[in-house]
Amino acid sequence: MADSTHLLNSKQMARFVAEGYLRFDELVPDELNRAVKREMDDQAVPREEAGSPLSTIWNDTAVGRVFRLPEIEGIIHSLVGKDPLYDHHAVHTVAAGHHFGQHWHADAIIDTRKHFDIQFMYFAHDTPREMGGTLILPGSHYRRISESDIARYHNFVGQVPMVCKAGTVIVLHHGMWHCAQPNRTDEKRYMFKLRLNPTVRQLRLWNTDDIDDPEVNHILSTNQPWHGNEERIEHVNRIHFWRFLTGDDQFDNHYWLSRIENEPELV
Amino acid sequence: MSESRQKLLVLYLRTPDLHAGVVAWSEYDGTASADERHTSGDAADSGGATNPPYDSVVDAMRDGWRVVQFPQQYPAYPGTEYQVSYLKYEYILEKMEVVDG
Repeated sequence: MADSTHLLNSKQMARFVAEGYLRFDELVPDELNRAVKREMDDQAVPREEAGSPLSTIWNDTAVGRVFRLPEIEGIIHSLVGKDPLYDHHAVHTVAAGHHFGQHWHADAIIDTRKHFDIQFMYFAHDTPREMGGTLILPGSHYRRISESDIARYHNFVGQVPMVCKAGTVIVLHHGMWHCAQPNRTDEKRYMFKLRLNPTVRQLRLWNTDDIDDPEVNHILSTNQPWHGNEERIEHVNRIHFWRFLTGDDQFDNHYWLSRIENEPELV
Repeated sequence: MSESRQKLLVLYLRTPDLHAGVVAWSEYDGTASADERHTSGDAADSGGATNPPYDSVVDAMRDGWRVVQFPQQYPAYPGTEYQVSYLKYEYILEKMEVVDG
């Protein structure tokens, strides 16, 4: 069970709301990274039944130890609560010398919920650019598309390739656009993905001690270079999402919603 | 025997103005063989480039690209005014090139 010291803070949550992901470099210890890589080499991570409580699976595996690290549990508890469900996992593999980039997509299907799933992407070995890794598009998580609807697109200003050291973990909103990248090395590349579903209302699950920090509003206003003329619409979506997460129906940022919600009836 | 083949460049802009900056782009090259697709810097692939090939649609036109499709603009359906989805300002451009068949 994670204690509050490992929960996310409000500024990190604001970053998740604005960009759709959080990154934690070299979070998993090397010994565990090597053990997980062996499990992936041996195809020894069992596929569990969708909807199983995360707490009941992978008790005897290295990958199970990864997702029971206090730091990882803190991330999980902050985003989807203390007892999330296992949705599915995938050992994504890009063979050595595979020169094709995967098409852009979002996982699953079009999803209109405010409630959200999270997806961990765990890189158990060093991933230099020539090895990939996964390419993500910050700020794409509110876009209503279904899986490969976006495959026509090739490149975006602001796309981020996951170039990282072993043990790096990112956690994504389920709507995040991403794709695998070519592997020009002579070694197989892995990315371990795990999707989790919430079982509780996602309301102030993180450490909210800094909820009134002005930096929160600043982070929520961060623009993505590819948003173009839709920057302000993206801000409105973030404000709605922050209201959902905090339970504060009056929250606003830069007056965007106060203005358009002003419908006086006084005669 | 030579034949004329099409190259497509798809530019996504900040606004509908053809001078507006490029925020995303794709390239589809009908002059290249299937084997060549991934040998020339992979511009025609996800993540294959960091910077757009042109600053704007007009910039591409100055380099000989012909605009063959404009994005249509529709008002939002009631209830979808604040939804975001695809990139709205998509311009499709072509060049025809003669290749040895």
